[in-house]
Amino acid sequence: MKGRIGLGLVLALTVAVPPPPGASSCSGCHGASAPIAGRDAKELTEALAAFRSEARESTVMGRIAKGFDQSELSAIASWWAARK
Amino acid sequence: MIRRRYVLAGALAMPSIARAQTRPRVVVVGGGFGGLTAARFVRIYDPSVDVLLIEPSDRYIACPFSNLVIAKEREWGLQTFDYPADITRVKARAVSIDPAARNVAASDSQTYPYDRLILSPGIDINWQSLPGYNEAAANILPHAWKAGEQTLLLRRQLEEMPDGGVVVMSVPPNPFRCPPGPYERASLIAWYLKKAKPKSKILVLDAKDVFSKQKLFQNAWKQLYPGLLEWVSLSDGGKVVRIDPATKTFETEFGSHKADVGVVVPPQVAGNIAKVAADRSGWCPIDPVTFESKLAPGIHVALSHGEQPAEPRLINTCYSVAAPDYGFSVAGVYKPVNGVLTDIEGAGGISPLDAPEAQRIAEARYGDRWFQTITSEVFG
Repeated sequence: MKGRIGLGLVLALTVAVPPPPGASSCSGCHGASAPIAGRDAKELTEALAAFRSEARESTVMGRIAKGFDQSELSAIASWWAARK
Repeated sequence: MIRRRYVLAGALAMPSIARAQTRPRVVVVGGGFGGLTAARFVRIYDPSVDVLLIEPSDRYIACPFSNLVIAKEREWGLQTFDYPADITRVKARAVSIDPAARNVAASDSQTYPYDRLILSPGIDINWQSLPGYNEAAANILPHAWKAGEQTLLLRRQLEEMPDGGVVVMSVPPNPFRCPPGPYERASLIAWYLKKAKPKSKILVLDAKDVFSKQKLFQNAWKQLYPGLLEWVSLSDGGKVVRIDPATKTFETEFGSHKADVGVVVPPQVAGNIAKVAADRSGWCPIDPVTFESKLAPGIHVALSHGEQPAEPRLINTCYSVAAPDYGFSVAGVYKPVNGVLTDIEGAGGISPLDAPEAQRIAEARYGDRWFQTITSEVFG
């Protein structure tokens, strides 16, 4: 049991796609003032990869991105890109 | 488009125990950041679940950023929040839990059944553990570890203290709420003294040798508050063993220190209502994936933001300020390993010790944003 139930149908409009692991934490800092929702997935993926490799300087993002592998970072980027 | 509905943490996909009600019900005890976040996200992930919050206070008073209030760098009004109207709330105190019958008795003499219970009561002060420090003593030597009147009392005492006075603060052994909090508070009291009463001093008596963000704090103290803030470690005799509120004296194993203003970061335990899920330490062991109590099935403790059942990854970023424009952080990324939330190697860590001023300023502002985000997220 992976914690999903497949009902759906009538409630499709109120459905929330759950974030991939880690993604729900982003808004903790990226709330009102540095929004990431709806940004291009490729751009977000590249930014996260650059933080992870330290190619891009950061304050805290490098420390966080290192907790994820590239496919996990891509999943997070895609999820945020799909949000409004 | 048809999508699957997910239920928070899978654990909430409850076995349908025979009940009068047809909709599954989650009861949340405690309307702070943890409880309200849980209440909100249960509803987002599964709108068919009834969520009921049990919380007696009229308004929520936030503890994060209250150290800036104490230092007269922040308006008190920014710390208080009304409970959101869109979350069903019983204005009562949860009194006891019957885990077998799965219900909560409250101070309104009602009993509230649950399928899953989320306990997020915050901490209680352990008034038994530090000799001389009890509720009456806290009116003289504030703890201010639950924001409210205590916060304002401490600020008032600092305002009334003459220049040249000594502030003494005691810090308990682990564990306690907000590990960097005492050191942020010491920093910001020092900031206030430097600004308003520069002949004064703050002495921090600690029951520990190591603490959160230690090097960052100590660098900041050296840079910002030389001669003004003194930290005494456990090894150097910092552990306070007795308090005398009448004379405002802090006794350590090696001597005693008389305060003009005394602050006691008190020994703490999990909120009393959570003792149904607490072990002998007074704290609550949980499953790292579902936050379900290891002692009391069906009860989840201090469920925080966004846990997933399959492969959770928790991120913690915790900001502190040593002065209003001097911020730094510790970050951690965690996953469950053998039933325990474990640091992912290579990730996380503290801000660089040699960070330029611009980063310290930036991190102070990130902390501001975190507070804005979480409060608007949970209080609406």
